[in-house]
Amino acid sequence: MLVAENISKKFAGVIALDNVKLELPAGKVTAIIGENGAGKSTLMKIISGVYPAYEGRIILKGETVQFKNPREAQQAGIAIIHQELNLIPHLSITETLFLGREIRNSWGMLNKKAMRRQAAELLEKLKLQVNPDCLIADLKVGQQQVVEIAKALLYEAEVIIMDEPTSAISESEVEVLFGIIAGLKKEDKAIAYISHKLNELFKIADHYTVLPDGRTIESGEMAGMTHDALIHKMVGREVEIVRNSNTVKEKNSLLKVSGLCLTDEKKPILKDICFELNRGEVLGIFGLMGAGRTELTEALLGTCPGLVTGSIVLDNDEVKFQSAGSAIKAGIALVPEDRKKDGLVLGMDIKANISLSSLPALQHSTGMLNHQSETELAKKYISALKIKTPSENQVVKNLSGGNQQKVVIAKCLATQPKVLMLDEPTRGIDINAKNEIYKLIAELAASGLGIIMVSSELPEILAISDRILVMAEGRITAEFNAANATDDAILKAAIADIN
Amino acid sequence: MDLSLTAQRPKLVKFQSLIALVLLCIGISLMSDKFFTVDNAWNVMRQISVNICISAGMTLVVLTAGIDLSVGSVLALCGAVTAGLLKFGVELPASNLYIGFTILGAIMAGLITGSLLGWFNGWAITQFKVPPFVATLAMLTIARGLTMLWTKGFPISALGDHFDYIGTGWFLGIPLPVWISGIVVIIAIIITKKTVLGRYIYAIGGNEQASRLSGININKVKVTVYAIAGLLAAIGGVIVTSRLDSAQPNAGINYELDSIAAVVIGGTSLSGGRGTIMGTVLGAIIIGVLNNGLVLLNVSPFWQQVVKGFVILLAVVIDKANSKKD
Repeated sequence: MLVAENISKKFAGVIALDNVKLELPAGKVTAIIGENGAGKSTLMKIISGVYPAYEGRIILKGETVQFKNPREAQQAGIAIIHQELNLIPHLSITETLFLGREIRNSWGMLNKKAMRRQAAELLEKLKLQVNPDCLIADLKVGQQQVVEIAKALLYEAEVIIMDEPTSAISESEVEVLFGIIAGLKKEDKAIAYISHKLNELFKIADHYTVLPDGRTIESGEMAGMTHDALIHKMVGREVEIVRNSNTVKEKNSLLKVSGLCLTDEKKPILKDICFELNRGEVLGIFGLMGAGRTELTEALLGTCPGLVTGSIVLDNDEVKFQSAGSAIKAGIALVPEDRKKDGLVLGMDIKANISLSSLPALQHSTGMLNHQSETELAKKYISALKIKTPSENQVVKNLSGGNQQKVVIAKCLATQPKVLMLDEPTRGIDINAKNEIYKLIAELAASGLGIIMVSSELPEILAISDRILVMAEGRITAEFNAANATDDAILKAAIADIN
Repeated sequence: MDLSLTAQRPKLVKFQSLIALVLLCIGISLMSDKFFTVDNAWNVMRQISVNICISAGMTLVVLTAGIDLSVGSVLALCGAVTAGLLKFGVELPASNLYIGFTILGAIMAGLITGSLLGWFNGWAITQFKVPPFVATLAMLTIARGLTMLWTKGFPISALGDHFDYIGTGWFLGIPLPVWISGIVVIIAIIITKKTVLGRYIYAIGGNEQASRLSGININKVKVTVYAIAGLLAAIGGVIVTSRLDSAQPNAGINYELDSIAAVVIGGTSLSGGRGTIMGTVLGAIIIGVLNNGLVLLNVSPFWQQVVKGFVILLAVVIDKANSKKD
């Protein structure tokens, strides 16, 4: 269906892609794997017309094509579904689907009926049971993704590129997505599937294309490949499996939460949350989308003071936080789920981001900022967390996902927290960076921090937690010790209340 | 990895407006021999000193991704308050009490008024989540109305022997308004570059949500910034009133536009988080030189507005082209 040959692309003199080749056959799912910064996204952006300037050629259905912009690529039948969805929240599903290609009646007015009918048909085909007049803002992330796919189908796309489609959706939504992908395969669409989650790839992909460093590229059949072999191709070396020591630690209570409730507009979001966190412990919190995991971390950080009831005891002191500032001062820090939206000021440099939560401590007695100690602080964490950057003055926007995440962690650590909460700390980052972050979490726990790690990836939860809490619909539904936790038991507890 | 030149770009932009300014000066000097003289330079600097004061505050506000449309009206009200207190003092008929004001006292009252009005802007914006555009638009009308009430629609003139020194006097060979605006600029630069408040201002403009989760008290920073903007507008009001030896009820009309123009020409992004005080100063000088040059070249005032509009547009287009290079 689509072949891209000898593709090269440079950014400001840095070679991002050097003479790579990609084939996307019809009726197959091709997994595209590679570390962040390896050039996957760049390659996809070239194919979908985002970057019109490149070397090499793209052949679509036997014809050489050259797209000047994403619109041309779209018209030629190439659709890309981005990791971060690009939908306009105030539009309805129908309006979204027909944006830019509205059907008009003979008066030149919008033919709403026809559009609504077609939209309903598409949604039915994709088994999305919502009204086409629903606003995008009212849909869950997984449903929004289905709308993006519907849009691609409406354009009669032949080539569909999905960039980390499961990074933001829950396990049950993943199943729905896989069903849709299987359907698309039957219609002979060529699908490129970019993901870091290897388990998924084994389920869904027919071919793989590995892009380890933007220069070499390897492709083959998925059948017969093993997990380790694929990882090996990806990083060029074996990945050490993360710790699972779970040494028994003496109980030394650091944080005790009891009867915590969060109610927003009379809707209970968190119900009677009780748990304890010990010094040096990694407490994993697992839950599906909407289970209230993120809300729990935010309630603990004090971002919604008026809505929270219950008691939080930190280091034997009953605390009540009125703002994130007071929580941070007391020793609670949060690495939020969405690092670009909630964690970083992308336009500022690494140094300013790392120091952002601890600036008052970096003042001279005159009230002026102490630039020297700020730089020292940044340098200290850049080397401690192995943040890959030419200098502390690099703008954060230009870092890879893994390094950005490390900057957020550094910002939290700079506040000298007692409790560090990490919400989906490895979302959208590559395996190497993931392992580094796991190692870091273990080290921090060993140094006496209490760590709360929220995640929707089971292997991650199982690998690094000492204890695991499972949440469903705003409650804690189960607690496991790492030793006796299994995938099945955890998942069961996570969906227990839903049905 | 994409290691572009983003870190250096703000400097580059500043450099560009500097080049534009130099070219502008050379161009005007070639056409008019009255332009490139010491007298005219001080003249221009004195004219723009009010705009520089206001624009320094405006820059801080815009850096937080806000805007302050009320500065012109606040300037008028504060000037009128100062003039009124200086000339008439306060009479309390009930207790038959009369309070007179010294020059310093009257000025302080004007500056406090400005800070309070700015504080009110910030309060409305942070407590009731009113968009800055709307809150300060309301203040534009409120402060103008209060000015009319206070002055009863007539200028308050003849403000005594020494008061006009602020707007017309010289100190060490430099006009006093230039001293004042210079000090304002230096303090504003220190705030943006050297203080925690400055860092918070950039952070909030860059990403408000991340700043909140980082423990920054967003409301406090915003209220402070709008109060500073009000204070600086009040300083502008005192200078204007002193220069004319009269508080005009219509003073400061459209000053917010010149101020926003200076900020934008100076390369500050209206979406916040990016920009510098020095850029704004250059922007204000460019507008001042342009005004002055066009007058010297006998261009009709109507054409001056057209030219100024195109310069603003050009500045933004160049700035956009720059940010696209990332």
